[in-house]
Amino acid sequence: MAHARSHLGRSIAAHAALIAYTVIALFPVFVIVINSFKSRKAIFADPLALPGPGTFDLVGYQTVMKQGDFLLYFQNSMIVTCASLFCVLLFGAMAAFALSEYRFRGNLLMGLYLALGIMIPIRLGTVAILEIMVASGLVNTLTALILVYTAQGLPLSVFILSEFMKSVSDDLKNAGRIDGLSEYAIFFRLVLPLVRPAMATVAVFTMIPIWNDLWFPLILAPAEETKTVTLGAQVFIGQFVTNWNAVLAALSLAILPVLVLYLVFSRQLIRGITAGAVK
Amino acid sequence: MGALELKGITKRFGATEVIKGVDLRVEDGEFCVFVGPSGCGKSTLLRIIAGLEDASAGDILLDGVRVNDVAPARRELAMVFQSYALYPHLTVRDNMGLALKQAGIGKAEIRAATDKAAQMLALEPLMDRRPAELSGGQRQRVAIGRAIVRTPKLFLFDEPLSNLDAALRVATRIEIARLHRDLGATMIYVTHDQVEAMTLADRIVVLRAGKVEQTGRPMDLYNDPDNLFVAGFIGSPQMNFLNAPALSAPGATLGVRPEHLQVSRSAGAIEGQVSHVEKLGGETLAYVKSALHGLLTLRLFGEHDFIMGETLYLSPEPQRQFHFDAEGLRLRIV
Repeated sequence: MAHARSHLGRSIAAHAALIAYTVIALFPVFVIVINSFKSRKAIFADPLALPGPGTFDLVGYQTVMKQGDFLLYFQNSMIVTCASLFCVLLFGAMAAFALSEYRFRGNLLMGLYLALGIMIPIRLGTVAILEIMVASGLVNTLTALILVYTAQGLPLSVFILSEFMKSVSDDLKNAGRIDGLSEYAIFFRLVLPLVRPAMATVAVFTMIPIWNDLWFPLILAPAEETKTVTLGAQVFIGQFVTNWNAVLAALSLAILPVLVLYLVFSRQLIRGITAGAVK
Repeated sequence: MGALELKGITKRFGATEVIKGVDLRVEDGEFCVFVGPSGCGKSTLLRIIAGLEDASAGDILLDGVRVNDVAPARRELAMVFQSYALYPHLTVRDNMGLALKQAGIGKAEIRAATDKAAQMLALEPLMDRRPAELSGGQRQRVAIGRAIVRTPKLFLFDEPLSNLDAALRVATRIEIARLHRDLGATMIYVTHDQVEAMTLADRIVVLRAGKVEQTGRPMDLYNDPDNLFVAGFIGSPQMNFLNAPALSAPGATLGVRPEHLQVSRSAGAIEGQVSHVEKLGGETLAYVKSALHGLLTLRLFGEHDFIMGETLYLSPEPQRQFHFDAEGLRLRIV
C-alpha cells in the first residue's frame, strides 16, 4: 500500500509540475486570443477577463480582413516556412547520411564545420547577408528568406539527423546494396523512413523560429508583396497609435497554421516503424 | 557456376591489418564455413567477398572472373545477415521480391519465384505480413527466402543463427543443410560456433587474427589438426592440453580429447581429483584437477557417479594423442 501511495504521490507531483509549466507557457497565448475577441475599451479595462456579452467584439478581425493583404501575408509565410523546411530536411538529411555512412578524409572536420552554425547566431551576419542579397538582386523576394532560413536550420538538422542515422542498422543498408538498390534508393527508401521521428523533431524545431521570425523579413523582404504574417501585423503598431485589436487578431490567426503543422509532425514523432526491422 | 577464389586478400583499416593475406578456393556447390573467435576477420572477409568492403590488396575471382570492382548487386550473390536486415516497411513478399524488381524482372516471374521460395521454407501463410509481425525464426526464414529468390551463384551467411534460441538454431541449421542439398549452390557461412561449422560444412576454414590456420573437412580438422589453435577450437568440450615432458612424451604439449581419456580408480598416467561433474543424460562430463596438468575434462558415455574430491587416474589413449611443439605446431610422429 505504501508503495502504491508513494507512486500516486509522485505521479501527482509530476503532473502538477507539468500542468504548472503548461499554464505558464500558454498564458500569453491565452491572453492574446481572448483579447483579440474584445473591444478596445474592454482590452484596457480588464485585460484578463474573458470576452463577455458586453465586451465581445470582432472588430480586430474585421480590420485585419479589410486592411492590408493578410491572405497574401499568410501565403508568403506559408511558402517561406514550407520551402525552408523542405530544404532543411532534405539537405540536412543528405549531409547527415554522407557524414554517418561514408568514410572519407575530413569527415570529422566537415561534421564540426556543419555543426558550427549551432553555436554562432546567423543574425551576426545580417549585414553581409544583406549585401549578398543586394548584389544578387534577391532583396524583396521570398527566395532570399528561404535561402537564409535554410542556412539557419541546416546545422541543427545535420547534427541531430547524423546521430540518428548512425543508429540505422548497417546490415539493412548492406542488404539493400546487395539487392541492387542505389545509394539514393537506400537513402530515400530505407534510411529516411527509419529516421522519420528524428525528422519530425527537426521539422518542429526548424519551423517555429522561421514562422515567428521578424528580423529577416523586415531586413530582406519588407515589400508589400513579400511581407510575412509577423511583419504584416506590424502595420497596426504605430509610433503613436497602436491598433491593439488588429494586432491581437493578426497574431491569433498566425498561430493557426503553425499549430496545424505542429500537429502533423507530432503524430510522426510518436509513430515509429522501426520495430521488427532488425532483431 | 559459383566457384570462388581468393588470392592474397589483405584488408587494412588505417594502420591495422585485419586480413593478412588469405588464399582460398571454394569449389562450385561446396558448403564452406569460416570459423574463428570473434575479431578474427571472418566477417570482414565475407564482406569483402560480397563487395561491401574493398580489399586493400589481392583478387577476388568468381567463376574465374575478377570481381574486385564489381558492385555487390552485380556479383550475383545473396547474403543472409545476423540481424536479418529485412526491410521494415515491406511485406514478406516484397522483401523477397525486391532484388528481382530492381533487376527489372516482370511481375509474374517475381511472383513465381517468391512463391517457390516461400514453399521451400513454408512461408506461404506469412507472405502478406510485415517483418514486425513475425517471430525471430520466421524473420530469419524470410531472410533466407530473400536470398533463395535471387538464385545467386553464391550464398553468403553471416552468423545467421546467432540471434535464435537453441531449439530454433538446431531447426534452422537443419533447414540450411537441406537447402544446400536441394539447391546444390555454393555457400559460404561465417560462424564462431564450431558445432555449426562441424555439422554444416563440406569444408571448414579456421581463421585466427586475419590468417587461415587450417582448411579441411570437419573430420580432418578433428582428427588431424595442424596446430594447437585448431586442436583447441574444433571439438566440444575443448581438447585437454597436457604437460608433455611430465608424461615423458615428445614436444611441449600433449593434446587429448576429453572422450579419449581412459579413467580408472586404481592406476593411470595422470592423478587428479574430481572437482565438478556435469551429467547430461547421454554423457557425463567430469572435471578433474591435476597438479601437473591443470583442469582436465573427461567425457564418458552414459551416466557415471563420481564423488567430489575423489582421486581418479586418467590415461590418454595411445592412438589418439596429438603432440605439439613449443610454438604450438603439430609434431607428426609416426
